[in-house]
Amino acid sequence: MSLLIKGAALFGTETADLLVVDGRIAAVGADAASQAPSGTETLDADGLVALPGLVDLHTHLRQPGREDAETVLTGSQAAAVGGYTAVLAMANTTPVTDTAEAALRVWELGREAGLVDVQPVGAVTKGLAGEELAELGLMARSAAQVRVFSDDGKCVHDARVMRRALEYAKAFGGVVSQHSQDPVLAGPSACCHEGEVSGRLGLPGWPGIAEEVIVARDVMLAKHTGSRIHVAHVSSAGSIEVIRWAKAQGIDVTCEVTPHHLILTTDLLTGYDPVFKVNPPLRPTEDVMALREALADGTIDAVATDHAPHARHDKEHAFVDAAFGMLGLETALGVVRTAMDDEFDWNDIARVMSRTPARIAGLEEHGGQLAPGEAAHVTLVDPTATVTVDRAASVSLSRNNPWHGHELTSRVVHTVFGGKVTVRDGALA
Amino acid sequence: MKHLLSIDDLSVDQIQEIFATASDMHDVQRRSVKKLPALRGVTVVNMFFEDSTRTRSSFEIAGKWLSADVINISAKGSSTSKGESLRDTVMTVCAMGVDGLVIRHQASGAAQQVAGWVDASVVNAGDGMHEHPTQALLDAYTLQRRLGSLEGRHVAVIGDLTHSRVFRSNVQCLTKLGAEVTVVAPPTLMPSGVGPWSESAGFATSYDVDEVLPTADAVMMLRVQRERMSGGYFPTAREYTVGYGLTRDRLAALHPDVPICHPGPMNRGLEIAADAADAAQSAILDQVSAGLAVRMAVLYHLLAGEESSA
Repeated sequence: MSLLIKGAALFGTETADLLVVDGRIAAVGADAASQAPSGTETLDADGLVALPGLVDLHTHLRQPGREDAETVLTGSQAAAVGGYTAVLAMANTTPVTDTAEAALRVWELGREAGLVDVQPVGAVTKGLAGEELAELGLMARSAAQVRVFSDDGKCVHDARVMRRALEYAKAFGGVVSQHSQDPVLAGPSACCHEGEVSGRLGLPGWPGIAEEVIVARDVMLAKHTGSRIHVAHVSSAGSIEVIRWAKAQGIDVTCEVTPHHLILTTDLLTGYDPVFKVNPPLRPTEDVMALREALADGTIDAVATDHAPHARHDKEHAFVDAAFGMLGLETALGVVRTAMDDEFDWNDIARVMSRTPARIAGLEEHGGQLAPGEAAHVTLVDPTATVTVDRAASVSLSRNNPWHGHELTSRVVHTVFGGKVTVRDGALA
Repeated sequence: MKHLLSIDDLSVDQIQEIFATASDMHDVQRRSVKKLPALRGVTVVNMFFEDSTRTRSSFEIAGKWLSADVINISAKGSSTSKGESLRDTVMTVCAMGVDGLVIRHQASGAAQQVAGWVDASVVNAGDGMHEHPTQALLDAYTLQRRLGSLEGRHVAVIGDLTHSRVFRSNVQCLTKLGAEVTVVAPPTLMPSGVGPWSESAGFATSYDVDEVLPTADAVMMLRVQRERMSGGYFPTAREYTVGYGLTRDRLAALHPDVPICHPGPMNRGLEIAADAADAAQSAILDQVSAGLAVRMAVLYHLLAGEESSA
């Protein structure tokens, strides 16, 4: 089985052909076509940019438990359409992914879907209760080879439990991805950035400091234990300051930002539309600008979607009662390009959306250099296209898409996963 | 005017037109037969997702005196406890041919969301910590009748501002009508971001009741929600009363022409001394009767046909 990707600009620069044989890149360059076996399928990539397949550190696939909102299959489809070839499926399913068996089930569903690598994230604590460690080692040693652990949706708020998790995960190269939200400081109903908008709207505030105190605590725990810590969906300028300081100290901390936190601001909540209700909440412009700057200078390591599909009825409540989260997989690349247009070239996009997330997640087959011998995970993008997002056109089962009607820069044209074309001309192959 | 969701929806002229109509409606209260035919054939549903006695009964009487068919639905918790979404709940009710929906909900923004889903006119009868526009209208109407005009008058709004929808509507309404407003609360009960908000909205803030009261032409006390006293907003009820209550001593220092308002229900002895609540200058019972007149006026303007709308 072979595929010739013709005329793509690798990382937006040198134009070359890529020959893929048996799922791996066999040759790159002007003479690649001459090495193609007979019967090789050709994919026209003239004018397109080739990137290593995108890797999402933070996806909610909802299966098991809420298959009406998303399944591993439909989430994989959304990922492929968005140019992804690997996603990390968060553990807050029903039941929670806190055992090797549960992790294996998600992993196998991903293999059956066959569109992206679905790598399960294991819960840090049993049932996400924040009290007892889940079976981190068994999940790591299973065929799913879980390396990232998170109670996402909830913060591991007990410092002693967090310390133990950080220490324990060292044995198998694991990393704890923390949802940084002090539950007491934020309060049980917190749903809007605490500030002028929450004050005017009478919405319970979720102050940036509730994120920052946990980030500060965790980097100190990581320093104390000599462990890796990953900060999920960082959202406040204050957290960035802490992370910048921690990196300067040599503390092993990485962090991610969502595409939506790079553009959308808390001002959007004045209409009380729950599509903009997300956790952590949308922050003011000054935080958004700080996040962009930190992504540009490398303080923020990766972009992760926090793709959070919800059934329509779970969003059709009063704002404070509606579910948190928004879709992200299909629009992430366009949002990042739109937000970072002045700062980023394609190599930067590849760094924050593929190479670094793959490294953080321990996915050795992803995030490569598009070089011979590597697994053929390739995303092909039209850099000049603009796309007006239509939520009805989504392949996700859900429609909580905050970008509906927005014009985004660039378009994923083809996605290749392990040599197989999963998306052709923007549609599932 | 299709809905009344926020004071922000109203111009000064519209507010004064509502007041003029309310004045006529006030006269109806003194008649032996308190009935106008204005809303005959109109169906109004009072949909209360949160407990309320005075607001619900005020809207109910207002609708009935205008000859509307009024139905009360106590929908407390129904959308969540039975698993139904808010949208499905209100759509089901409105599918029965409702013309007006008066909605009280414990969540901020709920009335605004509902207005986006239904064809009926929606009146916000209090949404969480956000707004209570008819309360603001009745408060301003009461004060305007007492003071003649609100232009240039100094109104002190004192109490738990963070959790108060009455404050959020009142500060808009009073400043719109030309009043100078100072809001007073301990720092823990000041809303987030009140600094830039007060600058853009044109009201003043203070932590010191005794500094504000001597220049006040009217005083509005807000209820302290007892359930919040365990939330660490202030140490004890006694300390709150000493710092922020309208005590007997503060009443004595107040000019006898300064009206005292309270939206109720009152915590006598906590935010307001019994002497102040019952003082000759108290406008608290006036607020109740004004509330009925204002709600009649609002329903009239929303539902009596285009030729009569404000």
